[in-house]
Amino acid sequence: MAKKPEYGLLIDYEYCTGCFACQVACAQEHKWPAGMGGIRVIEIVENLPNDKHYLKFMPIPTELCVLCAGRTKKGEKPACVHHCMAACMKYGKIEELAKEINKPRMVLWAPRA
Amino acid sequence: MTEDGIKKIRTTTWSGGPGCHGGCGVIAHIKDNKLVKIEGDPDHPMNRGRLCSRCLAMTQIVHHPDRLTKPLKRIGKRGENKWQEISWDEAFDYIEEKMNKIKAEYGPESMTFSMGTGRDVGAWICMLAYAFGSPNVSFAMSGNGCYSPRIAATEIVLGDYCVFDGGQWLPKGHNDPGYKVPECIVIWGYNIPASCPDNIFGHWVTDLMKKGSKIITIDPRLSFFASRSDKWLPLRPGTDGALAMGFLNIVIKEGLYDREFVKKWTNAPHLIRQDTGKLLRESDLDPKGSAQNFVVWDKRANKTVIWDSGCAGYKAEVGEAALDCEFDITLANGTKIRATPVWTKFCARAAEYPVDKVAKITWLKEKDIIEAAHLYAKSKPASIQWGLAIDSTPAVTPTATAIASLWSIMGNLDVPGGNPIARYAYNAVAYALPGAKGVIKLEDKEMDKKRIGYNDYGPFREFIWRTQTDKMFEQIFTEKPYPVKGMWLQCCNLIGGTGYDPKKWVEALKKLDFVAVTDIFMTPTCQMADIVLPATSFLEKDSIRSWWVPLQTINKAMTVDECRSLIEINFEMAKRFDPNFKWKTIHDLFDEILAPSGMTFKELQKKGWSIPPDGNPSAPYHRHERGLLRQDKNPGFQTHSGKVELYSTLREEWGLDPIPCYEEPPFTPISRPDLAEKYPLILSTGRRSPVFFLSEHRNIPWLREADPDPVVEIHPDTAKSFGVENGEWVWVENWMGKCKLKAKVTPIVPRWMVMAAHGWWFPEKEGAEPSLYGMWDSNINQLMPMGANGKDGLGTITKHLLCKVYKVNGDF
Ligand code: SF4
Ligand code: SF4
Ligand code: SF4
Repeated sequence: MAKKPEYGLLIDYEYCTGCFACQVACAQEHKWPAGMGGIRVIEIVENLPNDKHYLKFMPIPTELCVLCAGRTKKGEKPACVHHCMAACMKYGKIEELAKEINKPRMVLWAPRA
Repeated sequence: MTEDGIKKIRTTTWSGGPGCHGGCGVIAHIKDNKLVKIEGDPDHPMNRGRLCSRCLAMTQIVHHPDRLTKPLKRIGKRGENKWQEISWDEAFDYIEEKMNKIKAEYGPESMTFSMGTGRDVGAWICMLAYAFGSPNVSFAMSGNGCYSPRIAATEIVLGDYCVFDGGQWLPKGHNDPGYKVPECIVIWGYNIPASCPDNIFGHWVTDLMKKGSKIITIDPRLSFFASRSDKWLPLRPGTDGALAMGFLNIVIKEGLYDREFVKKWTNAPHLIRQDTGKLLRESDLDPKGSAQNFVVWDKRANKTVIWDSGCAGYKAEVGEAALDCEFDITLANGTKIRATPVWTKFCARAAEYPVDKVAKITWLKEKDIIEAAHLYAKSKPASIQWGLAIDSTPAVTPTATAIASLWSIMGNLDVPGGNPIARYAYNAVAYALPGAKGVIKLEDKEMDKKRIGYNDYGPFREFIWRTQTDKMFEQIFTEKPYPVKGMWLQCCNLIGGTGYDPKKWVEALKKLDFVAVTDIFMTPTCQMADIVLPATSFLEKDSIRSWWVPLQTINKAMTVDECRSLIEINFEMAKRFDPNFKWKTIHDLFDEILAPSGMTFKELQKKGWSIPPDGNPSAPYHRHERGLLRQDKNPGFQTHSGKVELYSTLREEWGLDPIPCYEEPPFTPISRPDLAEKYPLILSTGRRSPVFFLSEHRNIPWLREADPDPVVEIHPDTAKSFGVENGEWVWVENWMGKCKLKAKVTPIVPRWMVMAAHGWWFPEKEGAEPSLYGMWDSNINQLMPMGANGKDGLGTITKHLLCKVYKVNGDF
């Protein structure tokens, strides 16, 4: 069985504007060519009753996310977290982050790392 | 700082590259004169560490294999994409000769200068044009329809410009104790996180939402904000003026406005003559009186009192200035007239927009309009931030003056968390923009009268020191009253981005004797040039950034081949043309611009940035009360009357309606039902992509992958009825022309409207004509006419044309 993950990314996706800063920050930091990277931003248009809709963006860590081990060792934030335009990403210990889920519309990712 | 041979250099973004209106603080990691990484500066007050995708892609921009690196001289015909590399000296000599020839044969005004948007472009192109002796600097969009119309309109109302308060004037930003979180923010025609315009960091709004600000979004399209709004008003594009008038009517009728402010700080009590419909002036009552002074009726003393515009004060004590009723007044020549205060007229105008009528015009629900008006009016403070949609309609001035009147009479003007007056930090102004006369100016007033548009439109004489684009365009063909023979295009993709009716623009450029273009990459516009000069990004130059706050330096971190900054290029040419050119080096010029701050370039550079302290006229709040806005230091505003002008003295002078109103745009289903029969969908364009700045970045791999195709957003039901499926190529067509876009079938647009991406060309395709980088395939501007402007020469039809959509047969 895989090791229990210790660190993760907490996303307050209510505020994610779909700006792609995290996606490009990761590509820059880890020198990924276009088409690859540690995080992908997707747009979801949700259909709701009464002809209403909700526009949601979601950053999703990929198989390539290493949680910026090189940066976090030096006490820096991961590149995506540092640059997130909406400041809606947080890096930390999963157990600590879980305690910070104190409002709706949040997701805690435990990437492959 | 060094670490593994990496130098970390702190600087400011403002150039082609990220493209934006800039101002973010960044730390460039440079190794062996190469950018290896760029990061947001955590200490910078604008972005506090964050950074957009465009700026984070700078390594792919500055070191792009297609970067222009040497001056190029055309050797084939225009459009053949045949070039010869030449040295800078050869380039400068060639340009000098060509431009001097135009000057000698036709006069300096026959050479025009066209800037692209923002980005440390404008000041320096003005410097060049003025040194050459030409007043004809333009921003070549129809109706100058980006930003300056809104600035001019706000100037008309209150003598300055305003932006939304994100705490940018305070040392701790929106965490500062002097700041108030707006209870409500109105996002009006604006996808602010994608664009950072007006020198505002778009995501301040998301910061404030987390702190409890409620949002009203006015946008036909379901944006990020629309989805998260307390009130979303998906209005019909171009009807913003009707909505603003409807809001005014509600707040006035229900007494929700700030009556004290209206009485004391606006020209509401100034009397209007009923016989002429014009303002009553002191000179009407007393032949020795001034025509610049106005008259109010003192209700207590039952007599008139003169308002002295010169010092923004009454000439005698006023018991209570009347805001309503009618009064009999005898003029100096004995004529008896009746007069009414401005407020009565203003309220009567607002009353022409009852909510049922506004709902009918805007296609909104009455309930939504009322609830939004109440939410805004009852929130203290509340802030309005408007976007380009306001400029994108011919009636931009009546619309924008209505909105500026609204935030003023609601008591949100220059208060924390409201709409503070935005001035250049420390009044360090590089060049003449509406409301600010800078260090770089055209000295010859007579010459300015030759500026295209000067004689046609009031705002172009008073506030906007640019040519009126549509007139210039016309003049290239008519050569009347004088021929236009040359154009210098500075980081301006006129053919692939800014210009409406681009086929005609190609014809126009081909007609000219001389075309020079400066840019960082080849563009469709470069293909029309005789000479192309390689410009730098912000990383490769020293410059300054003086636009609202903070005041900043841009610090050279590296060089790329032979690229030169716009200021260096323009400076060299200016020196050649003007024997009396004032400055020896660019740093002398920077020092002069920065002088009002008490800092030199070097001193400011050491600090990085500076925010003016409280008490400086460029720092809020309540400046009209504290005598910080006017030169004479009296309380009041720097309008002609010294008051917030709900009734515009300038518009009266120009023969235009002085009170805000709604005007139906020229090509809508309402104004042109005949066209709507053939072209049943409202065509809106210009929405921002988070990864592109206008027509830039299509060649940057990390960015292009996020937004690979030119799309047209179309509602699922509409797509179905037109037989179109998601991801299919479609023709979008109207009477002007057509272009191919990829259908993005999505319910974020209303059924009656499509939203087309703009600024599309394909750097990967053939540059020579007829291809022009595949631009004719997907440039939506082919459907946009020139010349559809407002009565004051401003505004255009970007957001509300008509079109039809159908499947492209065959592949593309
Ligand atoms: S944590 Fe690092 S590796 Fe993972 S997505 Fe963010 S930037 Fe990429
Ligand atoms: S940077 Fe932040 S706001 Fe932007 S897409 Fe990524 S998570 Fe969303
Ligand atoms: S677009 Fe906005 S975030 Fe990006 S560099 Fe410009 S101002 Fe900063």
